[in-house]
Amino acid sequence: MKFARDTWLIFQRQIQLLLRNPVWVFVGVFQPVMYLLLFAPLLKPALNAPTQAAAYKIFVPGLLVLLAIFGGLFQGFGLIAELRAGVIERSRVTPISRLALLLGRSLRDVVSLIVQAVIITLLALLFDLRVFIGDLLLAYLMLALIALMTSAVSYGVALKVKSEDALAPLMNTVAQPVLLLSGILLPLTFAPGWLQGIADWNPFSWAVDGTRALFAGDLGSDKVWQGLTITAVLAALGVFWAARQFARSVR
Amino acid sequence: MIETRGLRKSFRSRAGRETKTVDAVRGVNLQVAEGEIFGFLGPNGAGKTTTLRMLATLIEPDGGEATIAGADLRKDPAEVRRRIGYVPQGGSTWDESTAREELVLHARMYGIGKADAQQRAARALAAFQLTEYADRKCKTYSGGQRRRVEIALGIIHEPKIVFLDEPTTGLDPQSRAHMWDEIRRLRNDGMTVFITTHYLDEADALCDRIAIMDNGEVVAEGTPAELKREISGDVVLVGLDLAATPQAAQALDGEAYVNKLETADEGGLRLYVDEGATAIPQVLRRLDHAGLELRSIELHRPSLDDVFLTKTGRSLRES
Repeated sequence: MKFARDTWLIFQRQIQLLLRNPVWVFVGVFQPVMYLLLFAPLLKPALNAPTQAAAYKIFVPGLLVLLAIFGGLFQGFGLIAELRAGVIERSRVTPISRLALLLGRSLRDVVSLIVQAVIITLLALLFDLRVFIGDLLLAYLMLALIALMTSAVSYGVALKVKSEDALAPLMNTVAQPVLLLSGILLPLTFAPGWLQGIADWNPFSWAVDGTRALFAGDLGSDKVWQGLTITAVLAALGVFWAARQFARSVR
Repeated sequence: MIETRGLRKSFRSRAGRETKTVDAVRGVNLQVAEGEIFGFLGPNGAGKTTTLRMLATLIEPDGGEATIAGADLRKDPAEVRRRIGYVPQGGSTWDESTAREELVLHARMYGIGKADAQQRAARALAAFQLTEYADRKCKTYSGGQRRRVEIALGIIHEPKIVFLDEPTTGLDPQSRAHMWDEIRRLRNDGMTVFITTHYLDEADALCDRIAIMDNGEVVAEGTPAELKREISGDVVLVGLDLAATPQAAQALDGEAYVNKLETADEGGLRLYVDEGATAIPQVLRRLDHAGLELRSIELHRPSLDDVFLTKTGRSLRES
């Protein structure tokens, strides 16, 4: 009860600040929109897809997962600014739940991601993408879990390194291979065997497969529950680890 | 109100490949009474902030015990948090929020209901003369206004004790005087106030009792008057050229009225005497007799800096 109330308190505050400066939601969505408009049209011939819509069914889910990974991983920067302003320290001397300090922020990131995902989906509809609403909502759940995990991890790392200069290269170093090994831009079915072998160990590759299955309307596919389970477990682990950093962080 | 026994903290720092252990706080014993302004005086790096952050539950001590407002620091930090307020040194407000939002949020972090939190915020804004700016963003405030918001945040839940870490650092003289008034007002409202400072005049003018800290240890504790009385008598500062200083020291050392003699690095002597008014003519005669030229002579009553100097061998102004 106290925990729910504390989380809501932090979430409300973060949303209020986000709405005061909503431009960041749109800045965040700018890059994927560029991919959607300027890169995706190349895909129909490249993927040998029968129609433009079929190419989008493969590309858009990957793009959304990309957005969730990157959007989450870079949230730590905002936390470093808060650390520097003393806001985190001020919170930590109150009896507020440490998990709430994390979760209130991560849930704000999830909401902002879903808004961005809706913008991308709506734009893709203009390019003849069609997806069943139930499947779409499940895909959004997957995205929410990914964003929850990546933003929590980013906050945890931010509390450990405490400097933007360290956080930026660290996040980029992690994000690049994860991105390339998840078949986000092109499906890994094109990949040689060794590359697929490595990708099987990348949880995000399972998330991308699951999301693609949902966009294809293949709700019964094993990939859906596998992707959801893997992301849910990782999100729980990420949140658990990051909340511990909030409890023990010094300065 | 606060009692600590042997509070210790060390940090590991890495320089290149070597890890070094720095003992930031080496066994601090303190007793702070209810309703007093207690000052922690010492140079930067003496361990004041580390001690304060331990007492405020922000870092865990390596050893020792503390009871704060009746709650055990090691066993029940959550209860300590409910009973104390803490105002950090580097600020605690967010640029894009208003003072009112910050106050309401902070009160609610203590579990206070929304309506109550709003009333408390309004009262605090009025008490700290912030009502006029209450709904402007914090980034538009002056240094003094912002510091007042931060103190208001620290006491919004009416704690028994409030810890203020260097509350006047960076303020102009006028804001500083205002801040002293605010701090006295907190004490007069019945709160125990624990401040750190490296300003001698602040410790002297504001604090009911002080502890002088150096190198992780408390080297003296008492009221400013008591501490100064410990250094009995007056101090005579004799200004001399560097070259003349050793001779002058030789001439004056052993004179019956000189209790203690210290040589300043840049030349000149510091004489601890019982009665400055009678000592000065004798010093003048003695130096004249020795044929030494005097640049200046000054009498002053012992200050907290003299206390610091006698306890640590260094001047607080230099460190």
